[in-house]
Amino acid sequence: MTTTPTAQAVPLPAPHSSGCPFAPPPAYTEAAATGPMTRADLPDGSSCWLATGYAEVRTVLSDRRFSADVRHPAFPLLVPGSRETLVTDNPSFLRLDDPEHARQRRMVTGDFLVKRVAALRPDIQRIVDEALDRMTEGRTEADLVTEFALPVPSLVICLLLGVPYEDRDRFQFLSRTLLSRESTMEQLKAARDEVLEYLRTLAARKREQPEDDILSRLAVRDDLTLDEIASTGVLLLIAGHETTANMISLSTALLLEQPEQIARLADPAALPGAVEELLRLLTIVHTGLPRVALEDVELGGVTVRAGEGVIAMVSTANRDEEVFGGPDRRPTDELDLERDARRHMAFGFGVHQCLGQPLARAELQIALETLFRRLPGLRLAVTQGEREFRTESFIYGMRSLPVTW
Amino acid sequence: MQVSVDRDRCCSSGMCVMNAPAVFDQDDRDSLVMLRQAVVQPEQFEDVRLAAELCPSGAITVTEDGAAGTGA
Repeated sequence: MTTTPTAQAVPLPAPHSSGCPFAPPPAYTEAAATGPMTRADLPDGSSCWLATGYAEVRTVLSDRRFSADVRHPAFPLLVPGSRETLVTDNPSFLRLDDPEHARQRRMVTGDFLVKRVAALRPDIQRIVDEALDRMTEGRTEADLVTEFALPVPSLVICLLLGVPYEDRDRFQFLSRTLLSRESTMEQLKAARDEVLEYLRTLAARKREQPEDDILSRLAVRDDLTLDEIASTGVLLLIAGHETTANMISLSTALLLEQPEQIARLADPAALPGAVEELLRLLTIVHTGLPRVALEDVELGGVTVRAGEGVIAMVSTANRDEEVFGGPDRRPTDELDLERDARRHMAFGFGVHQCLGQPLARAELQIALETLFRRLPGLRLAVTQGEREFRTESFIYGMRSLPVTW
Repeated sequence: MQVSVDRDRCCSSGMCVMNAPAVFDQDDRDSLVMLRQAVVQPEQFEDVRLAAELCPSGAITVTEDGAAGTGA
């Protein structure tokens, strides 16, 4: 018999509040307050589970009885009708299970090793410094999103992939189209087709003339098709671009509200921990991570039946008082750069956990430290109410952040 | 304390290297987890426990042992 929880089903995706712009949609935190597992309604009218507790989210994302395979007929979809697009287009390994997931993921992990990312730090520092040079030259005001937060990770991932400089503006546009909930199905498909075709062509070129970049290393292998390389390239491009960009702009906006905490970024010993706390609190995947149960699983006081969808809500899990609270700490819905936030799941958990996380951490540490060091007078150029947030996107973030210095 | 790693489960997240860099490394050839040292020192116990807890693919096993850490 299926356990029936008393709480009302949560509509997915739930709208953001007009209150705190850094908080996940209130419907999710309210669901979390009623218990770790709640029923939820998907846009196509079907229903699924919402996992909001820390332990339950951890289990959904790491227990192999939960599948990430988008081709499963019961896989929960946040965009109605997107199954066909996702399935026919050679799903990226983000949406596949092992062993196929591991086979494809292992082809790119070498470029994201902790030591390789450490060696990239001078390149990242140069990209950050040059972006700030361009943003501040002859000016006292700029939009931090378009002039700093978006270009930095875009240039870093293009450098890693080996995308030529002249193609990068087009890539940024296509990436945003692919991630926006406002895009129509036709726009999504057109953008995805264009990126895939571009990457197939570029990979074919690099197969003939390999360079020192990820696409070349994939292209010279004889066990990968150009389609698989292009699909992996799209995943890395999207995963490495908007996510880090929105973390940079949201972190900046939040820190400008709490300037007394900014000094901690200048302490090299405290900087990594400060970035972990920003990752925890801001957890930009506000829509959660979808999975489907392959077997019946007892979880958080309910039975998730085989064939039922589950959305793992990392944003609420990352605000669990038992895991992240403490007598000397601020409440977990507030920023506290002295908190030990290392247990956060902002990068997910399980075998699909973000493979670019060492790169993301390095970019965030370097970008935020450099920004506030070089522009100590940084402040908003608009009122707080005029800041624009991206509530329509799978990756939460900011549309614009006008600043002056 | 004894620590062992299961390279078949490793998904190369790098969490272990971040949390206990003296104990864990990533193999240059296949990106999978490697142990830097056979014996864990007592001052490393806490880092190693955290690395095991936060390994996303469950590739690290820690066996607590009352006499561990004194054999080096």
